[in-house]
Amino acid sequence: MDSKQLYQEVILDHNKKPRNWGRLADASHKAEGLNPLCGDHIWVSLKLAGDKVDGIAFEGESCAICKASSSMMTTNVKGKSIGEAEQLIQEFRDMATGKLDATLQPHHLGRLTVFSGVRDLPSRVKCAILPWHTLHAALNAENTVSTEGDQDPVAIANP
Amino acid sequence: MTPTQSALQAVQAAGLYDVERIRADFPILGLKVNGKPLVFLDNAASSQMPRPVIERLEHYQLAEHANIHRGVHYLSETATAAYEGARRKVQRFLNAREEREIIYTRGTTDGINLVMHGYGRAFLGEGDEIIVSQLEHHSNIVPWQMLCEEKGAKLRVIPCNDAGELLQDEYRKLFNARTKFVAITHVSNALGTINPVKEMIAVARGHGVPVLVDGAQAVPHMKVDVQDLDCDFYAFSAHKMCGPTGIGILYGKAKQLEAMKPYQGGGDMILSVTFEKTTYNTIPHKFEAGTPPIAAGIGLGATIDYLESVGMDRIAAHEHDLIEYATAAFRSLEGVRIVGTARDKAAVLSFVVKGVHPHDVGTILNEDAVAVRTGHHCAQPVMQRFGIPATARASFYLYNTFAEVDALVAGIRRVQKIFS
Repeated sequence: MDSKQLYQEVILDHNKKPRNWGRLADASHKAEGLNPLCGDHIWVSLKLAGDKVDGIAFEGESCAICKASSSMMTTNVKGKSIGEAEQLIQEFRDMATGKLDATLQPHHLGRLTVFSGVRDLPSRVKCAILPWHTLHAALNAENTVSTEGDQDPVAIANP
Repeated sequence: MTPTQSALQAVQAAGLYDVERIRADFPILGLKVNGKPLVFLDNAASSQMPRPVIERLEHYQLAEHANIHRGVHYLSETATAAYEGARRKVQRFLNAREEREIIYTRGTTDGINLVMHGYGRAFLGEGDEIIVSQLEHHSNIVPWQMLCEEKGAKLRVIPCNDAGELLQDEYRKLFNARTKFVAITHVSNALGTINPVKEMIAVARGHGVPVLVDGAQAVPHMKVDVQDLDCDFYAFSAHKMCGPTGIGILYGKAKQLEAMKPYQGGGDMILSVTFEKTTYNTIPHKFEAGTPPIAAGIGLGATIDYLESVGMDRIAAHEHDLIEYATAAFRSLEGVRIVGTARDKAAVLSFVVKGVHPHDVGTILNEDAVAVRTGHHCAQPVMQRFGIPATARASFYLYNTFAEVDALVAGIRRVQKIFS
């Protein structure tokens, strides 16, 4: 794994200028995500209109991988149905943990495949997954999630 | 003879530090990572092993292994002699008064927990106070918190200044009639601060309070004399001083160890057992239940031989040169902040790069085969003190070179370029 492959222009751009940064004042769903190993700490807030993600925002303190993943997640999920969002969450987790090879298998990840390289950096997988894990928690009315302990997304993905 | 050769011989004859000769003893330093020569700057987490220690471990497994103590056969006696011989080496290395003051543990954490259980649970009660410092590793905080929770005791914390130096006046003010224990680190793993432990122990001694020193980051890098320090307990690990993992040492004054309760029950720690009553073995064996990592203990002995063959003072001097050189280089880097600028500092360089999370710094440095540690370094209270979630940390040892510092600096410039 070459870090040049991971730290691509699109990731660096989203890190520098995160989209949908902040908190929704009229959020219907929100959750806090923590990666205690590296200190990534983010908040994701959502506004659902019926079955649709009408608005989404995030903020927090994190590394570039986590911030870019959060930012690109918000742009990808906006306007999608809950079912479509959950499908993206699953596909992103599978890609980051190496269960889904985005070059061979069908998926809906689009440009999110720039994160496929993290599967070769075990210590960074959780940085990329944290926002998706947090979005899943928000959609399922959990307030706080962690990437460690019994909520560990990598352990859940590879039982 | 060419002039260069004679110069080299003169340097060697003068006993100057030949880092390339030292590096040749460490096979792993020849590794290439991502096609580039490994630059290993994560020594505060764990250090590499020289060939004499590797060979000692191999020889033990090939020709000496059996369980120690009470065996009447050749191999058991050979293994026992080697294992107990290593204990004597540790005694001499630390200048402990007696061999029985040297207890084998699994490592520093295990040693601290032993004291918490054996001393703390026996002698501390409700309302008693334990002094720790802002600079402690979690392993010298959490055991004492567990004790406080169990006994209703209280933790008091010595604060530090912006350089990462403990405030000695504040420390003195923390003592009162309820102060029953002091647990402080000799060298901060996160910042590199060398604490004036000798003076701090004297202060505690004035109040009749025993002191445990976490020496995990000190013993590998400087001469430590436990009698001169006059500490009651001193704990460290072998793997941070070129030795094996799974073994460490707790030094304790005999008088304290004898009064303490055993930590774990089992074989080797008893004199006699009936269902009515068990009589505990004498120290150090009272604290050494079960079969220990014998090879690792013998390996620790070989490690001490190795470090002494180089010379602890010469290692300390070389590391001092490295940290001075690295600090000067980092000061010239714009947008890089050194965290921990104590006057008395070990070869640990904690830093943050403006606008870049330490984990991104670490991942990109790894691309250049530069190994640093990133995160909170198991010292979250230190990070809280400095208002940062994490740092990147380069930590140096006897085999590191000035060229490796240059590689680190070049790597950081590349990080800054990527994130510009």
